Amino acid sequence: MLELIVISTLNGVLFGMLLFLLSSGLTVIFSMMGVLNFAHASFYMLGAFFGYQLTKWIGFWPALVLAPLLVGAVGMAVERYGLRNTHKHGHVAELLLTFGLAFAIEEIVSMIWGKSPVDYRVPAALDFPAFTIFSTNYPAYKIFMLAISVLIFIALLIVLKRTRVGLIVEAALTHPHMVGHLGHNVGQVFMLVFGVGSALAGLAGVIAGPALVTQSDMAALLGPILFVVIVFGGLGSLPGAFIASLFIGLVQTFAVALNGSLASTFGPLDPSIGPSVLSDIWNVTIAQIAPVLPYVLLVVILIVRPMGLLGTRET
Amino acid sequence: MLKLTRVIAVALPMLSGAAYAQETVKIGYIDPLSGGGASVGEGGLKTFQYLADELNAKGGILGHKVEIIPLDNKTNPQESLIQAQKAIDAGAHYITQGNGSSVGAALEDFVTKHNTRNPGKEVLYFNYAAVDPSMTNEKCSFWHFRWDANSDIKMEALTNYMKGNAAIKKVYLINQDYSFGQSVRTQARKMLGEKRPDVQIVGDELHPLLKITDFSPYIAKIKASGADSVVTGNWGQDFALLLKAAADAGLKVNWYTYYAGGAGGPTAIKQTGLDHQVFQISEGIPNSDNPAAMEFEKAFRAKVGLSLWYPRAVNEMRMFKAAAEKANSIDPVKVAAALEDLKFDVLDGGSGVMRKDDHQFFQPIYISSFGARSEKEPFDEENTGWGWRMVAKIDTPQTMLPTTCKMTRP
Repeated sequence: MLELIVISTLNGVLFGMLLFLLSSGLTVIFSMMGVLNFAHASFYMLGAFFGYQLTKWIGFWPALVLAPLLVGAVGMAVERYGLRNTHKHGHVAELLLTFGLAFAIEEIVSMIWGKSPVDYRVPAALDFPAFTIFSTNYPAYKIFMLAISVLIFIALLIVLKRTRVGLIVEAALTHPHMVGHLGHNVGQVFMLVFGVGSALAGLAGVIAGPALVTQSDMAALLGPILFVVIVFGGLGSLPGAFIASLFIGLVQTFAVALNGSLASTFGPLDPSIGPSVLSDIWNVTIAQIAPVLPYVLLVVILIVRPMGLLGTRET
Repeated sequence: MLKLTRVIAVALPMLSGAAYAQETVKIGYIDPLSGGGASVGEGGLKTFQYLADELNAKGGILGHKVEIIPLDNKTNPQESLIQAQKAIDAGAHYITQGNGSSVGAALEDFVTKHNTRNPGKEVLYFNYAAVDPSMTNEKCSFWHFRWDANSDIKMEALTNYMKGNAAIKKVYLINQDYSFGQSVRTQARKMLGEKRPDVQIVGDELHPLLKITDFSPYIAKIKASGADSVVTGNWGQDFALLLKAAADAGLKVNWYTYYAGGAGGPTAIKQTGLDHQVFQISEGIPNSDNPAAMEFEKAFRAKVGLSLWYPRAVNEMRMFKAAAEKANSIDPVKVAAALEDLKFDVLDGGSGVMRKDDHQFFQPIYISSFGARSEKEPFDEENTGWGWRMVAKIDTPQTMLPTTCKMTRP
């Protein structure tokens, strides 16, 4: 049992940190521009595919640096030539733009790399068990993923809380006009933040690609859960996104590990009731409903605390 | 005037008759070409296109060219019905599908309804891989033919093999949460309980179909349960990723599977380092001892670049031709009648038969294990160096399970 708890905690924290890499960008972009970027998970997918392609050409380590930069450049271009132009038509137009973009990116990716998973492998230097815990190996690559995510989290915190850049970004979040009047180029700040957010998503893609599957539906698989994370943590709140990511990661992992059902808690149903909808609900295990849990949490948090865990305004 | 009418009355049927001989036999291939099932769907498509080319090179079916129409159903039953309608609108009288019994059941129902409502425009559904037993039992249809052994037959054979292995003490079941996965789990529990009451089922897991990207939490659970063997019906990426996670965690158990050989599967097995500890049940393997099958495998690999994963598709297409020739027609109703009780020598050797009672094809099936090859096993998989080795053969008569089908015939 202890083994299961330790391994599940590791797995949960890892998945949570991956979610954080993605949700940090998304939540900052949202609070700045007031737009939910539907294409954010697509940048994650782009990162994975760029990472795969560059790994083939120049190796994993250069790809680890170059692919996120490329994705960041794509993100900046989207902001500069797409979002900025649609901004004057209101949020709906911007929302639709990112919505369409998500589909376009998915189609383009499947046109170039096909629809089946590509063979994106863990680099040989990291392909060994890092340590063995209760006879279970823990892969070095996963530790590497964890390390990268933690580093990025610390770097983000320092930049946002301790530097002038962070000061301007935070100011632009709430008082863009005032910041503009003070002589800062708010448009450029927006573009930069959008680029950095996309690059972080791209980085998540590069490191998650070999561990998970790199294929053209990976954005669609992860996208919905990101929205859960940022709403749960509170829109625009970085610490909120951090806590929510870890929480959702752990909830999902632990839910899978649990076998409890109503039947095992309260005993089997009276056989006279027979097979019915009720007996289906009675016998379903927590593990089976694990994938739905985040969405249930989303509904609950919106009812109980609409601004999210650490959010400051109503969503 | 009367004369002219007579001329037209004679000429018109002749015209349409001539047009019929030119008609191509269109087969709608309805399977996932995107999403989580894409890797298997694309492999299937290439197989069917290869088989169509093979038939066309020998004059097609009764002189008609065979054409495969690829249609992407995203492993979604509703989407499949739209695609089936598209196939019919494009002039296909035959559809073939395999991946996902949820899809298969929907298509079976659709084809049956379509044929009742449109007499004279019947469509046949050739099923090459959807193995939910209900499709040839309580839900059976005259318009559906299945070339893959159904899940119960496979589980019967698999548990017969497991019965003899005294080392099996604790079994873990992990399956996809839909009709097929549930039937694997129920049958495994039932049959293992009958044949090996001493074996303990230490886990019984159902997970979402083709949605999981990281199986590590599940593997941690299997590990914690102390299982020595795992039984799974997982296919496509659900198998490959399951084994990938097992390799990462260093899980050492025996795997009894339905579809270990699917795309990505062999690579993942090699990563686990489990040499001849992963078993699969199928109607044929590349390293069979049948020269004709090996010859086919060689030609197929050379042209398609994949190993033949669907020997049953070969049987399906060749039997389709045989039935059409027997009926001397490509009319679906006549072909269906000709297929009933048709005996056929299958690709991997031995004789099979399409049972009239339920339209289930019965054929010899094999249990094989994956690992290092001997000299007599020329084919490896996915460049791993490892290949399949036959460990048991179950002949046609032993696979014949009874059916509850009460078929309504046109």
